[in-house]
Amino acid sequence: MSTVDRRLRVGNATNGFAYEEPLVFERSRPGRVGFSLPACDVPESDPAAVLGAAALREDLEGLPELSEVDVIRHFTRLSTWNASVDLGLYPLGSCTMKYNPKINEKIARLPGFSAAHPMQPVALMQGFLQLAYELERQLAEISGMDRVTLQPAAGAQGELAGIMMIRAYHEQRGEKRLEVLIPDTAHGTNPASAALNGYRVIPVPSGEDGVLHPEEIAKRMTPGVAALMITNPSTLGLFEEHIAQIAEIVHAKGGLIYGDGANLNALLGITRPGDLGIDVMHFNLHKTFSTPHGGGGPGAGPVGVKNALAPYLPIPVVRRLGGQEGDGFTLDYDFPRSIGRLHANFGNVGMLVRAFAYIRSLGPDGLRRCAEMAVLNANYLLARLRGVYHVPYDRPVMHECVLSDRHLDGTGITTLDVAKRLIDYGYHPPTVYFPLIVHGALMIEPTESESLEGLDRFVDAMLAIAEEAREDPELVRTAPHHTRRSRLDETRAARQPVLRWQPEEPS
Amino acid sequence: MLEAIGIGSLEALFANVPQKHRLQRALAVPAAASEQELVTELSALAARNAHHAGHDWFLGAGCYAHFIPSAVDAIASRSEFYTSYTPYQAEISQGTLQAIFEWQTMICGLTGLEVSNASMYDGASAAAEAALMAMRITRRTKVVLADSVHPHYREVIQTYLGGLEARIVAAPRSPDGRTAPLAGLVDAETACVVLQQPNFWGSIEDVAAAAAAARAHGAKLVVVVSEALSLALLRPPGSLGADIVCGEAQSFGVPIGIGGPHLGFMATRMAFVRNLPGRLVGQTVDTEGRRGFVLTLSTREQHIRRERATSNICTNQGLCLLMATVYLSLLGRVGLRKLAERNLAKTEYAKARVRATPGLALPFTAPTFNEFAVGIRGDAQAALARALEAGIVGGLDLAPYAPEIGPAVLVCATELATRDAIDRLVAALAGARP
Repeated sequence: MSTVDRRLRVGNATNGFAYEEPLVFERSRPGRVGFSLPACDVPESDPAAVLGAAALREDLEGLPELSEVDVIRHFTRLSTWNASVDLGLYPLGSCTMKYNPKINEKIARLPGFSAAHPMQPVALMQGFLQLAYELERQLAEISGMDRVTLQPAAGAQGELAGIMMIRAYHEQRGEKRLEVLIPDTAHGTNPASAALNGYRVIPVPSGEDGVLHPEEIAKRMTPGVAALMITNPSTLGLFEEHIAQIAEIVHAKGGLIYGDGANLNALLGITRPGDLGIDVMHFNLHKTFSTPHGGGGPGAGPVGVKNALAPYLPIPVVRRLGGQEGDGFTLDYDFPRSIGRLHANFGNVGMLVRAFAYIRSLGPDGLRRCAEMAVLNANYLLARLRGVYHVPYDRPVMHECVLSDRHLDGTGITTLDVAKRLIDYGYHPPTVYFPLIVHGALMIEPTESESLEGLDRFVDAMLAIAEEAREDPELVRTAPHHTRRSRLDETRAARQPVLRWQPEEPS
Repeated sequence: MLEAIGIGSLEALFANVPQKHRLQRALAVPAAASEQELVTELSALAARNAHHAGHDWFLGAGCYAHFIPSAVDAIASRSEFYTSYTPYQAEISQGTLQAIFEWQTMICGLTGLEVSNASMYDGASAAAEAALMAMRITRRTKVVLADSVHPHYREVIQTYLGGLEARIVAAPRSPDGRTAPLAGLVDAETACVVLQQPNFWGSIEDVAAAAAAARAHGAKLVVVVSEALSLALLRPPGSLGADIVCGEAQSFGVPIGIGGPHLGFMATRMAFVRNLPGRLVGQTVDTEGRRGFVLTLSTREQHIRRERATSNICTNQGLCLLMATVYLSLLGRVGLRKLAERNLAKTEYAKARVRATPGLALPFTAPTFNEFAVGIRGDAQAALARALEAGIVGGLDLAPYAPEIGPAVLVCATELATRDAIDRLVAALAGARP
């Protein structure tokens, strides 16, 4: 063993303070426990006597035995293996990885929010009901919609709810419409949400310039089409400038427009989807309104609708009693045409509280400033990277820009390699290979949270990688080099799935 | 920056937004509040919600008040976890990925099944997605849904199935509080039977019998769990013949938080993995042969299959999953069992007090875990109001859910319920004023 190897094997740190960490089950030692119970103040009861021995399990397979300090060290070490917004730029396109203000975390943990129960009497939850009532109206104002439901737990559940309302609307009018138009730039959840409602998906190509053209919609807009699902700005970061005309075409044939709100951050205070002809839309509170992404949720996906769709909103609906301030709030279930309930309770309330706090902190000027700075940052990145990276649709963008690896042709370096090499420079990679219509897409959304010098450093890294691709492609192809794991074998994971830990058989 | 972009003003950034569509006024939302004002204002709103830290608490019905060790929030508050996103880039997401893999393993052990996904939104949508999954597997359209499944879950199942060719048939409750034998309800068109364990009334169902009834006609058994702590005591539904076990794991260290965010879970047999919705983490190796974890089997998902995906679920409940994994690691094999036994002891004590108190009764005779119905003489609302006067949130009035059993309250006694509070609750329900 070389001196270097020996140095690396000291303790369980692989490299200084970079800790290797086994699975929690491998840390387990018989008899350890990380919690305590008060003395029992009622008679103990024998589970076998109460429930019958046959009803009981013998052992708790799959659970480890650890002390509190074991558990804390385990998960603290795991945390150091993650990139995060608090560590640096996380320019994942269409995910709006903006900074999550700390005060919102503190407020969501107030016991009146964190320890209250959704089925307690409404008289005992007036604070929540007021917050929900006001947040619904704020989101309606921001989006130009008439009514909002806060129930969907994520954007995709919001899409599901929105399409359900569209279906209910058409059914109520006695119309049988079986198709939904979806542009080729749409998020994958859009077609899946339509299919879950029994709709057939008709794809619509975007034009040479990257935006949707009215004639393409007109061609496909038949009386059998229930809705067009549109993302504006699109996943190319482009404002759908023909949206009003497109809406007229769809509405004229009795269809509705669903707006995917994933990219709403670019529009705050600038324009409102409701004013552009959108009939139903969802919000991603974890994108536009800064609730943390949590390593993959929880998010929240409220849905806004125009009045024509209000009868179909999920129940319950928060109502102000007497319509006067100070009269209090209640929950209303009496909506016979409602699509029903989508969530066991009211949705991801903790996220609603954070979003409410965020809107309250920013006010009208701050919200508009978000959009301005987000769009400024994206255009600045585009301006500085243009030329070195290929720009498939070279026009002014909104909150994100899409590049491709075409200028690296001949180097053997692809988008995936660029993404992995960015990690060595300390950046979470952008969204890659999406939208699908751009070959080798790199979709970059800096958000308003980044400073000029932060953006410049990112640009420097991107430019350096382009240079490396030509001068030392192997370095790029084998990146990342400074992570605790190098590239992982995804094919093996899928071909020989190992989806849980199992103790090794004693040999 | 404007110069680099080649424009003269911020306004010019929005040149592609037609002038007539621009908002010509400021948004009508309240003016910006300082952090100090925000705290004052939102603390005042929060103070207008009752909560289980300020009352003796016996309300469960799908959301359970349990003690949460401080270590859970200490880990969940690490911004390396909560300010990251879906672990698309495995090399810099091993923390999240490994925690999900550990969660999947724990859920497999608890449910007695072979594969678990990386969470669903909540118990209700997990139940709905389980029914859809059984329909995909069997290519059948009839769902036998027990009346004793949480009423909100039943509503959500109806909402999810509403747009598809599906038929829901109700399986009634027997007088003892369990689901009546399923014979006659399951047939060759039945995709699945959906049963809750323990059920909404707190009663423990006969999972093995339901599995046999389903299997006799080639249908799948979906077992829904809303009080996940019960899994620490009861035989795993997977070992009793359940094909899909799903539900709500809020009890594992996730705050009640007015009903969300909570933690839906779903597990099944390996044979059905291709039909399982949601994200999955798998073990693999890196280029140096070191163990690592990645998102896998993503061809089931909508970013590849689009309209043919198993589900549209994308963002799920990652941070809640982390909280539950920390919680289960702390309590572990021994602690979780002890906690479940403590819940049983509190509940058995409360039931004994109810039995011994004139004017109260136990309408159902089936065994229970930590929740049970109490029959009240007189008006349930009045009884709950008396309890509230004594500082007790006494449970759920069952009038909207089971009017046929007469005035009754669904009472849940977890480890947080003290003997004194149980005594006072029983007295208040029986008619005593504080």
